[in-house]
Amino acid sequence: MKRVAPLLFIVTLPLAGCQGWQSALDAQGPAASALAGMFWIFVSVLGTVWLLTMAALLLSLRRRRPAHADPLATDPRTERRMTITISIAIGLTLVTVIGLTGLSYAAQKALFSHKDGALTLMVTGQQWWWKITYEDEQPSRVFTTANEIHIPVGEPVLIKLEASDVIHSFWVPNLTGKMDAIPGRQNQLQIQADRPGVYRGQCAEFCGLQHAHMGMLIIAEAKDDFERWRSHQISSAIPPDDPERQRGMEVFLSKPCVMCHQVRGTDAGGKVAPDLTHVGSRRYIGAGTLETTRGNIAAWIIDPHGVKPGVNMPTIQLEPDEVQPLARYLEGLK
Amino acid sequence: MTKAITPHELDAVPEVTRLATGERGGVPGVKSEADRPADPHELRDDQVDGPELTARLARTWGTEKGLIGVLSTVDHKVIGRRYIITAIIFLFLGGLSAVVMRLQLAQPENSLVGPDLYNQLFTMHGTTMMFLFGVPIGEAFAVYLVPLMVGTRNIAFPRLNAFSYYVYLFGGFMIWVAFMLNIGPDVGWFAYVPLSGPEFSPGKRADVWAQMITFTEVSGIAVAISIVVTVFKLRAPGMTLDRIPLFVWAELINSFVIIFALPAVVTASAFLLMDRLVGTHIFNPAEGGDALLYQHLFWFFGHPEVYIIFLPATGWVSAIVVTFARRQAFGYIALVLSLIATGFLSFGLWVHHMFTTGLPQLGASFFTASSMLIAIPNGIQIFCWIATLWDGRPVFRTPLLFVIGFFFIFVAGGLSGIMLASVPLDSQVHDTFFVVAHFHYVLIGGNVFPLIGAIYYWFPKFTGRMMSERLGKWHFGLAFISFNVAFFPMHITGLMGMPRRVYTYLPEMGWANLNLISTIGALVFFGSFVLFLYNILSSARRGPLAGPNPWNAGTLEWASASPPMPQNFDRIPVVTNREPLWAHREALPVVAGLSVENREQIVSTVTAGRADLRETTPEPSIWPFLAAVATTILFIGSMFTPWAFVWGTPPLALALIGWFWPKPSTEDER
Repeated sequence: MKRVAPLLFIVTLPLAGCQGWQSALDAQGPAASALAGMFWIFVSVLGTVWLLTMAALLLSLRRRRPAHADPLATDPRTERRMTITISIAIGLTLVTVIGLTGLSYAAQKALFSHKDGALTLMVTGQQWWWKITYEDEQPSRVFTTANEIHIPVGEPVLIKLEASDVIHSFWVPNLTGKMDAIPGRQNQLQIQADRPGVYRGQCAEFCGLQHAHMGMLIIAEAKDDFERWRSHQISSAIPPDDPERQRGMEVFLSKPCVMCHQVRGTDAGGKVAPDLTHVGSRRYIGAGTLETTRGNIAAWIIDPHGVKPGVNMPTIQLEPDEVQPLARYLEGLK
Repeated sequence: MTKAITPHELDAVPEVTRLATGERGGVPGVKSEADRPADPHELRDDQVDGPELTARLARTWGTEKGLIGVLSTVDHKVIGRRYIITAIIFLFLGGLSAVVMRLQLAQPENSLVGPDLYNQLFTMHGTTMMFLFGVPIGEAFAVYLVPLMVGTRNIAFPRLNAFSYYVYLFGGFMIWVAFMLNIGPDVGWFAYVPLSGPEFSPGKRADVWAQMITFTEVSGIAVAISIVVTVFKLRAPGMTLDRIPLFVWAELINSFVIIFALPAVVTASAFLLMDRLVGTHIFNPAEGGDALLYQHLFWFFGHPEVYIIFLPATGWVSAIVVTFARRQAFGYIALVLSLIATGFLSFGLWVHHMFTTGLPQLGASFFTASSMLIAIPNGIQIFCWIATLWDGRPVFRTPLLFVIGFFFIFVAGGLSGIMLASVPLDSQVHDTFFVVAHFHYVLIGGNVFPLIGAIYYWFPKFTGRMMSERLGKWHFGLAFISFNVAFFPMHITGLMGMPRRVYTYLPEMGWANLNLISTIGALVFFGSFVLFLYNILSSARRGPLAGPNPWNAGTLEWASASPPMPQNFDRIPVVTNREPLWAHREALPVVAGLSVENREQIVSTVTAGRADLRETTPEPSIWPFLAAVATTILFIGSMFTPWAFVWGTPPLALALIGWFWPKPSTEDER
């Protein structure tokens, strides 16, 4: 059994990829399912081709010639047999390739024919976070958030992709393939989740120092939950009621934070960094870098470059007694 | 070993009669330079024989001692050896940078290197492997072997060839010195705009990258031109197109691909430099430029680049398979046509690197078809090699082992490439570790394994000594297993969502075990190269003497001494068969009549390989080296100021004037 264990480990390795909150093989939407199915078809067809070729190679290593045969001598019958075999092999390769191309075309057609969805988002890639705007016909219902997208289950959601600085790529493998966000262009992508759940996405195009920490979450939930979330997000931040958090708010509004961040309902109106109106309701801060806890918020404020070296957020000078109220205030922005 | 040509063999190649006998030949009624009567005062190689001929020719063709002599040499073997060694040093440097990256990724949130150094490391790794190793190594082997294999004494345009080596050396040196000074480029080997543009990459890092491109491309194109002309015009008499060795064919097609592909990337990097240095807005969308234009230009070169790396390897594989199968290549014509088809098709695939940029679907689907289609010529080659082995008597020496490893790895990589050709599948795996796994299977499988085989195979020719077979087998076992341990898990890591070019990842992503396995594999894989290096160094000093033809191979390079004399051959061979040494086991037919005192070569016709002219080839000269120094000053200066083009041009012009100054005594008058 001892010997079998590592072997089992290796054999089951591929299966590990079938689960995960950022896995192409753990499909949670129609597009990702189609892609995963297609992937396995390709793997089995191409795997067979590889096995057959290797079998032919291994068989070819047998010695068929006498030791001192003239290397220039060829037997016309063998030549003819090999020519025929190779022609058949090439014919089969061609058929395989054409078949797979057809399959790919069909999937491509299905994948990129966008259905009309109820919901349209504008996602803007920035160094190194995602700005997310929920569009609506009524201007009062348009709102902006960051790094966390909520979608209703079972409904196609159209995502318009733009980039404000360099090229990024929007990729939530459990739901669908990736699409680049390119400055000066707008791309579109449709996502749909079949089941409620939390799916992770990450920038897939190298975009500078913190490309590694440019994650996002997609939270698929029932229609009612989604609507409740949306109407809450549209609303402004609720002013804090206890003295410590009020002190935190004062700190926030008196420091350079407001130059970049917005908290709707306060004087903080900066738009170059993530909107913090409901930052406490989001599960991660720093674009999928740290879980949203009071301690992590404090750590992030005190030393953003320790957590995410090179990030655009500057280190702000804070008095020791200012950190705790500020973190509590931000945590409370549910 | 050599004998004068007999009348019987003259029937096979009647056109050599002129050189052999002084009679008229060639196209009736057309007078050619070769018909010119020889200067009676000049010593010709039919007037001396044996050791005296060898010694006199060696003196005529030799490289002088001393620093000036070393820097002036135009001997393709000396330049080729330097090229090979330099490219392999870059292979090790690229490998070392990979080892550091793998150590950083061994566990989540590792703090061995930070994002800044990591970004430099993967940029240096990619740049070094693609531009300083991948392209030059194929050309390096061509510089050394093509003149030997086509039976001539030097490469065409030998001074251009020398110049190209120095430009390559200086360019590679520049980027690595920049890296050592912590101003190494950090924008990826592809340096996409706008990230590499003036706004998001201030400082000189991206300029270093872009200018390194200029260096390597100038040198790459120069060598490619030399090789094309060598193959077309300097072949031994009788080497018709269908007698050209497969290795030479591969290098010829490769050179054409280089000539047509590299200008695109030079355009891209020159535009980038202009955006950065003189404020043009070619790639700036805010001013009406286009970021995607850069990608088109880059990949129009970038995909052929993959074949620039792979095509020479097909030549190594063909040579090794034929020699160790003890059978001439099966499907020679099919193999050559596949090479040509690969060369053409390689220019029609570039968009599959851009499937996720939101291009029109119809256009993208065209590139799906063309990318799938390239499986056909590659399939034909694989099948023909297997057929050659099938009908042969394989001898399992180290070179063949590495070629067998090549089959296993390259075919797997080629097949995963078919997945990437599909637009929808690519949208999932593009820019993930799946792609990293794929192209390492293709490039290490398709280039490095054959390369190692080629080094084991031609090492006796280069040095006169055999490499250790025992170490070679260990090396193969270690390299083959550790390669797969390192790179196979990356397919899964990529499917599990790990993007490329990330310096770290969160523990909750679940990628830690697979990454650790890859790191262990990578370390052992690097260890196998250390063993390889030891084998090279110890065998070069103590290996058993090889003799001219230790593998009993059939192509012309094995007719020369090991290592070859400066003149390559005392008398130019006459080729009557694709494998001349197998067709003429006792003695190779030769032509006589070339000057012993001058660097005289036979220029032959393109298709029939009919001897056409006797022409002198340039003497050694220090000017190509000086021109390369002037070029380097100009290129490096132009990273800092556009005025470098003004003050940098006169020294270069001066060097070129020196280079092309007519030499009255030896070259043109006689």
